[in-house]
Amino acid sequence: MTTATASWTKRSGAVFAALVMLIIALWLGAAIGETAIPMDIVAKTVANRLWSAGYPLEPLDEGIIWNYRLSRAVVAACCGAALGLSGVVLQSLLRNALADPYILGISAGASTGAVSVAILGVGGGLLTLPIGAFAGALLAFGLVSLLAVRAGSGTNAIILAGVAGSQLFNALTSFIVTKAANAEQARGIMFWLLGNLSGVRWEDVGQSFPVALAGLLVCLWHARALDAFTFGTESAASLGIPVRRVYVVLIGVSALMTAVMVGIVGSIGFVGLVIPHAARMLVGVRHGVLLPASAMTGAVFMIVADIVSRIILPGQVLPIGVITALVGAPAFAMILTQKKARA
Amino acid sequence: MTISARNISWSIGGQTIVNDVSFDIVPGEFFGIIGPNGSGKTTLISLISGLRKPRNGHVNLFGEPMASLAKRQISQRIALVEQHAETTERITARQAVELGRTPHLGALTPWSQADDAIVDAALREVKMSTFAHRLWYTLSGGERQRLHIARALAQQPEILILDEPTNHLDVGHQLGLLELVRQQRDLTVIAALHDLSHAAMFCDRVAIMHGGRLVVLGPPAEVLTTKVITDVFGVSAEIERGDDGELQIRYRRPKPHRPQLQLVQSV
Ligand SMILES: Nc1ncnc2c1ncn2[C@@H]1O[C@H](COP(=O)(O)OP(=O)(O)OP(=O)(O)O)[C@@H](O)[C@H]1O
Ligand SMILES: [Mg+2]
Repeated sequence: MTTATASWTKRSGAVFAALVMLIIALWLGAAIGETAIPMDIVAKTVANRLWSAGYPLEPLDEGIIWNYRLSRAVVAACCGAALGLSGVVLQSLLRNALADPYILGISAGASTGAVSVAILGVGGGLLTLPIGAFAGALLAFGLVSLLAVRAGSGTNAIILAGVAGSQLFNALTSFIVTKAANAEQARGIMFWLLGNLSGVRWEDVGQSFPVALAGLLVCLWHARALDAFTFGTESAASLGIPVRRVYVVLIGVSALMTAVMVGIVGSIGFVGLVIPHAARMLVGVRHGVLLPASAMTGAVFMIVADIVSRIILPGQVLPIGVITALVGAPAFAMILTQKKARA
Repeated sequence: MTISARNISWSIGGQTIVNDVSFDIVPGEFFGIIGPNGSGKTTLISLISGLRKPRNGHVNLFGEPMASLAKRQISQRIALVEQHAETTERITARQAVELGRTPHLGALTPWSQADDAIVDAALREVKMSTFAHRLWYTLSGGERQRLHIARALAQQPEILILDEPTNHLDVGHQLGLLELVRQQRDLTVIAALHDLSHAAMFCDRVAIMHGGRLVVLGPPAEVLTTKVITDVFGVSAEIERGDDGELQIRYRRPKPHRPQLQLVQSV
């Protein structure tokens, strides 16, 4: 048996390693791009900006690093962490290895909510884009769950309902965009919908970082509750978990994280699905470690995916959703076949 | 009283599944619930363990209305082993048992060495210590069932509620397990059982459910009669009472159902 202190040291070691990985990823995210900028310039820029270190640097380099690449990498990290966390929560609560905000239509609902506010002006200026996205996300999840309950039991009902929900909300989004936006707007929105970090600035960090951090803390607070769902909701209830409250809080938090990230970078698929599985392979199924591990893995994965999306086609930026799907779709297939083998 | 049920009923879709059931569980007793498939045993258990609210009547736990207690307070006193509880998560046997500590740990309480000791003891009780690191999906049905019991013991409840705990177990483990829970000091046990001989052997009292109603309640030697068995289960049985008060129940083979030849008048 591992004693409490031994697991403590092991844990702090793992946390340290994860933070180092994250910093390296951010560092690379700032250095790599159309023009590669040496790593030490990146470090000096950060020192200048954070601690007014006063290194003499090319203002252009400093500007690119600080205003474009670093903010972009930080938002990518927050987004990856939030999607990874949402995936863990949905998979555990719904006890379904294939659940994630994208597949369940939550992202699609958030997109519809976002374009309703941005283009149709729903709410008459009272609603901000993230609130519209959040409302859309909740609406989509509500609709999908209702459909799943109606479709009967079985773990696949919710996935099928999610497919239907995604299609519906994506169609609605396209309809709204085509009807109400001009050609220029429409092209921009379609690009954003596929997942795109190009326009990201520090203001977006101000939105995505608090949401991802708060999401992580709320999820961690419920780590033991999530563990208790291992043998189903009845079993969780018999272990003293207020099942309904946990559902409302955690699904709400997942929807909120998804909505805010969709509002900033568009709907990015497969991260919420694949990251939790990767994290489980690394650290096991206990939520006390699985949640932070998923957040970290998601953050690093997303930064790397963003780097790849910027350099894979010289002179062009690929939507990041294309990269995550290229990695995620085969992983999805693997999870499907594994699940079958174990069932 | 530990648990007392007063005229509790539960229905769904216009069908009454548990109908006006009342009883008081005496501290420390082994209380059996028997009855045919679909007679409402599992539903009754979900009502008295606080998982479901009765549509009518009420349940008290140590004198307090169950409905007024938080889930967590209930789970610190009642542990439940369900009839079917499965997972596809890659958890180990030990991790499954560790879940039993959930009601005693707050969100910020760290896992302690005392918790480790309790989990180890529970694994030893069900003789699963050597399986501690095996993954759940590699375990046999009987091994899983014993781990569910260990999980419930790790919960350190005052009342243990078991829904057909001997499912999947071979005869040695069936008796061993019932004996194990019987021997726990100061533990009140409520168990839905299918084997009437087990009920006779281990229960202080049995409640017989039939069509959602509690039809008979009392010590097994008094209530398990050939008439009750015929009326409730529809089988004929012989019961021998040994000198030590032990009941021996033997069933007769049901008469083979012979289709009656029907003469159909041909035109
Ligand atoms: N949620 C539900 N919806 C519809 N019918 C239900 C529901 N729960 C229970 N029932 C029905 O109520 C009856 C009693 O079910 P219950 O599971 O309590 O029986 P049981 O005595 O435990 O049976 P078994 O010995 O097979 O475990 C069954 O006919 C069952 O189909
Ligand atoms: Mg039952």
